[in-house]
Amino acid sequence: MINYIYQLVAPGAFSIKYEDIDFGDKVIVKPRYMAVCHADQRYYTGQRDRQVLKRKLPMALIHECCGEVIYDPTGTYKRGEMVIAIPNVQGEEDLVIFENYAKDAKFLSSGSDGFLREYVDLPVNRVVPCGDISGGLAAVTEFVSVAAHSVRRFAGIAHKRRNRIAVWGDGSLAFVMANVLRLEFPDSEIIVVGKNTGKLSYFSFVDKTLLSDFIPKEFSFDHAFECCGGEGSYYAIDDIIRYINPQGTVTLMGVSENRVAVNTRDVLEKGLTLVGCSRSGREDFQKAVSYMQDAKLRQRLELIVYEDKKVSSIADIHRVFQTDSCTPFKTVFEWGL
Amino acid sequence: MIFAGILAGGTGSRMNIADMPKQFLELGDKPIVIHTLEKFLLCERIDEVYVGVHPGWTFHMESLVEKYIKIRRENVHVVAGGTDRNSTIMNIVDSIEERFGKSEEHYIITHDSVRPFLTSRIINDNIDAVLEYKVCDTVIPATDTIVVSEDGRMITDIPVRSKMYQGQTPQSFQMTLLRELYEDLNEEEKGILTDACKIAVVRNYPVYLVKGEPSNMKLTTVSDYNIAQAMVGGKFID
Repeated sequence: MINYIYQLVAPGAFSIKYEDIDFGDKVIVKPRYMAVCHADQRYYTGQRDRQVLKRKLPMALIHECCGEVIYDPTGTYKRGEMVIAIPNVQGEEDLVIFENYAKDAKFLSSGSDGFLREYVDLPVNRVVPCGDISGGLAAVTEFVSVAAHSVRRFAGIAHKRRNRIAVWGDGSLAFVMANVLRLEFPDSEIIVVGKNTGKLSYFSFVDKTLLSDFIPKEFSFDHAFECCGGEGSYYAIDDIIRYINPQGTVTLMGVSENRVAVNTRDVLEKGLTLVGCSRSGREDFQKAVSYMQDAKLRQRLELIVYEDKKVSSIADIHRVFQTDSCTPFKTVFEWGL
Repeated sequence: MIFAGILAGGTGSRMNIADMPKQFLELGDKPIVIHTLEKFLLCERIDEVYVGVHPGWTFHMESLVEKYIKIRRENVHVVAGGTDRNSTIMNIVDSIEERFGKSEEHYIITHDSVRPFLTSRIINDNIDAVLEYKVCDTVIPATDTIVVSEDGRMITDIPVRSKMYQGQTPQSFQMTLLRELYEDLNEEEKGILTDACKIAVVRNYPVYLVKGEPSNMKLTTVSDYNIAQAMVGGKFID
């Protein structure tokens, strides 16, 4: 069968690659709903370094996707069953290193084609069932899995005093992170620090929100999650180091194109642990699906998910990226190509 | 029910690559008709897929299905085609009605076997359109100016390009309506009206337009075939 792959060939320009795919040992999924990530936007708008663009393009974008199983030679899934696609391509099995950090692991939509394809073929362990989660919401499961992964790492690394946990950022990642922390640590005080009062008003479920320009001097917390990235990374990390209690764990989750200076003097003096967290593996996807059984979480996620119109042409793909640049949180869309 | 009717009755005289009808030539690693067939089988809204082939090639087609098709093989039916496009379609319709009965709820999505770059979007748009309008044709806007010449020497007319479209397939029909329109044709009309949608047009039945794709091309000539091979990174045959 000749499959259509919608590749970004240069910032703002798509072209179709045609690929003959076989009905072999992989599961074939028809993508139904997808979500746009900041990483996709950076490729689409050409914000990535020119050398990176030259190396990685042409490439299909999008790594957040749910779809319908059309063919499963292993018999694990029924035809028509809705699943979440996992963009992490496993390397060799490693019992020490998480699959998403393994040296030979790959990631679909960063170096190899993402999910903007007519059909997607994946090894059977690269999909997880999404049960009754609706398509628009299931599309953001990958995003939730990233938060699930960072909580898993945090739980294994951070000391046990978790009275107060701060989340830096007021975007989609901070929102999902705060939600997952709320579920995992119901007795901890969750405080979100952001820049935009409008966006902070969505965080009704946390104990407190603060504007980063007006942080009280006496503010302190045991651990923090940095969910800013970009230009805000430096200020967020600097503030976290300033206010965090000794031996706290700082989980870094925001991506920055620039190198960020870190106040190592205070990191050393306070004995802080800085943990880098990125992407997720199968276990995290399963955990994300279980988090999404929570009705409150689902309703909150629905508040930040904007569903654009169905995509039925390349012009519609451009429209989705433009919509996403104008919406404060996540953009999802039905895939009709 | 929704049926696909893949028209693979041709004997491939225009390709000059081999004696084999062009729909059976390999594109990438499998015959062109298999790529086309697989696209329909992947569409969950299509209940059964019929392939109409030249009577001398039915066993060959059955062998290809046996060899290559790994999905929903039980939904594939090979039938002998007729002398032309429309009679092949009607042979398929006869075969469907013999097995599943006549019904106003039966629809057929007919498609050229040599258009393997068909997309699932086009199939789904055909299904939506035929359910609503009973007849639809897949087209793309004409990019070149169309020039009409009655004698092949001098221009008779140059129609307004914005109103011109190039016909592709699928062409889709409510089956009872298709039979009614076809049986209303006399033998002379049957000989002239080689395009299935034209049967509806000449009887003033409205035909809805579905947007095709330039890539949904018909592999007719050697150069079409070479372009298609290049598109999928396949082998070239001189």
